[in-house]
Amino acid sequence: MRLHEYQAKSVFSDGGIPIPLSGLANSVETVLEETNRIGYPAVIKAQVHVGGRGKAGGIVLVQNDKEAEIAANKILGMDLKGYLVHEVLIEQAIDFIDEIYLGVTLDRSSGLPVVMVSSKGGIDIEQVASSTPDAISKTYVNPLLGLSDSQARAAILDAGISSKITDKVTNILLSLYNIWETSDATEAEINPLMVAKNGDVIATDAVLNIEDDALFRQKKFADLRDTRHNNALESKANLYGFNYVRLDGNIGIIGNGAGLVMATLDLVDYYGGKPANFLDIGGGAKSDRVENALDILFEDENVDSILFNIFGGITRGDEVARGINDALENFDTLPKPIVVRLDGTNAKEGMAILNTDHLTIESTLESAVQRVIELTSQRGP
Amino acid sequence: MSILVSKNTRIIVQGITGSQGAFHTEQMVNYGTNVVAGVVPGKGGLDFNGIPIYDTVNAAMAETDANASVVFVPPAFAADALFEAFDTSLDLVVAITEGIPTHDMVKVNFSIPSHARLLGPNCPGIITPGETKLGILPGNIFTPGPVGLVSRSGTLTYQIVSNLTNSDLGQTTVIGIGGDPIIGTNFIDCLELFESDPDTKVVVMCGEIGGEDEEQAADFIKENMTTPVVGFIAGRTAPPGKRMGHAGAIVSGTGTGTAQSKIKALEDAGVSVGQTPSEVTDYVQELL
Repeated sequence: MRLHEYQAKSVFSDGGIPIPLSGLANSVETVLEETNRIGYPAVIKAQVHVGGRGKAGGIVLVQNDKEAEIAANKILGMDLKGYLVHEVLIEQAIDFIDEIYLGVTLDRSSGLPVVMVSSKGGIDIEQVASSTPDAISKTYVNPLLGLSDSQARAAILDAGISSKITDKVTNILLSLYNIWETSDATEAEINPLMVAKNGDVIATDAVLNIEDDALFRQKKFADLRDTRHNNALESKANLYGFNYVRLDGNIGIIGNGAGLVMATLDLVDYYGGKPANFLDIGGGAKSDRVENALDILFEDENVDSILFNIFGGITRGDEVARGINDALENFDTLPKPIVVRLDGTNAKEGMAILNTDHLTIESTLESAVQRVIELTSQRGP
Repeated sequence: MSILVSKNTRIIVQGITGSQGAFHTEQMVNYGTNVVAGVVPGKGGLDFNGIPIYDTVNAAMAETDANASVVFVPPAFAADALFEAFDTSLDLVVAITEGIPTHDMVKVNFSIPSHARLLGPNCPGIITPGETKLGILPGNIFTPGPVGLVSRSGTLTYQIVSNLTNSDLGQTTVIGIGGDPIIGTNFIDCLELFESDPDTKVVVMCGEIGGEDEEQAADFIKENMTTPVVGFIAGRTAPPGKRMGHAGAIVSGTGTGTAQSKIKALEDAGVSVGQTPSEVTDYVQELL
């Protein structure tokens, strides 16, 4: 789960990291109130979950009320790479001489937290990472001990950061690691950490992404989730707790287990069909989950036909069959053709109770995929 | 022969009375798995279908001669159950639980004693057909034979195994390593074990998008394997930046972790990569 910049900054500030004087606004009037409180020059920044906001026109430096009004009118309500801007963050502009990059994430290969520091921070950090990887100092951290003072200091020195600010940046890095750790974050990043002319060191951008699987114990973050840009189907899938990704085809897919659902999408594509979604009902799904999954695909206008592919391990075929029966109870005729393939744990028990009146049953994955493509093309585009 | 588990494996089920733990313990026992004890804090002294329950893993170890554990404990308490298991002389711990916070798994994985091995989490477990199964794999689709299989996904494993079995291609051992970013046993560990198993004549490796494990496994195969390997990679059609169910299954915005990169690495290492599950069966048949 991604936090907005202003949300991440508030967490960073609480954790002892200096941030610019700032305020949030959602109208031209409130933008002007904030710029006048903070003073000019100020920066107006769109609060949406996309990278490269500056280059896309979502971040504007303003010197006076007139410029602030123009910028507020332009940014509020704008479509930034598919995301509508509802709020802007207004910040005091910093007169900086250097930009530093600090990041904490997990290194999958070693299974360890990794802390990254570079003296070449700023909007081109990804370019720096790929063309001159040595310009980013990397430190692997003992997850039981956390980042030590000496490691943090060594990382700052290794990155070639000016000795005048070593203490300040070291403390910020220690705070950032601590936030990453206590927030169950996947990433915590400051880019840039600006070094001001007067020697202050200030985080002018902030990234904090929280792991979805840890939200049960990170309630304060779970409450911050911004679902306004999700479409209705995604919100519904979210509510039901499904792993759901909407794609641009017309064959709805429901399955159990991420790998099998991915392989099913690949197979639909392989045989010339176009998957409309990824929907994993998860391990051990009960009948109500099956019913809810069908409900989402019935509602999706892009879906012309449905492939229901279950290979039970922890999921039981009889539960799945009960869910399908319940979902179909409400219909005299099916809104969309459904191909069902049921295999694995309790598949026999499931097939015995499944109401097959309106369903097309197939016994193998490949025949089920080919059949659903056939039914879809019969229905026409 | 087989790897890691056999009819001599004696297991503890941690979380034996939960709905998944109970159902799959029954399934394991029916398959012939030697379940010697259950562990549920607060239920010590009771039993589950005649299997004695203990409050702690240590107590279960003291009364039984268990050498492996299967963990069905819910995500919030799973890390503690794993620490507990690794604080004993158990040498194999299979974590079935899905959704354990990654920060917890980083700490668990860092603390595994050198004598012990973790399989999972978020994995279907391991089966040596005809002998024993530890986990949730549906036993009826497996049959003994010469194919070793290792996979990141559970249900995809069942699909591929069922194709193999229907073509009379049995299995030595089948291992699901799990779909999370942090897992105990990885592809290379399993490939190494299969390579040294004289009964495994072909290895099937099923990977998926995300991370670089498949690429690293490809390097290992190129350098170290004489047993032929057949591959399958799920997620060819996955869009970048979207998590495809598994926490680990995501193609990053910068383009790492794609199916294309994994397929290429495997093919460069001499692995035949099937485009469909049934092509995997065809390749295995050719190589035997």
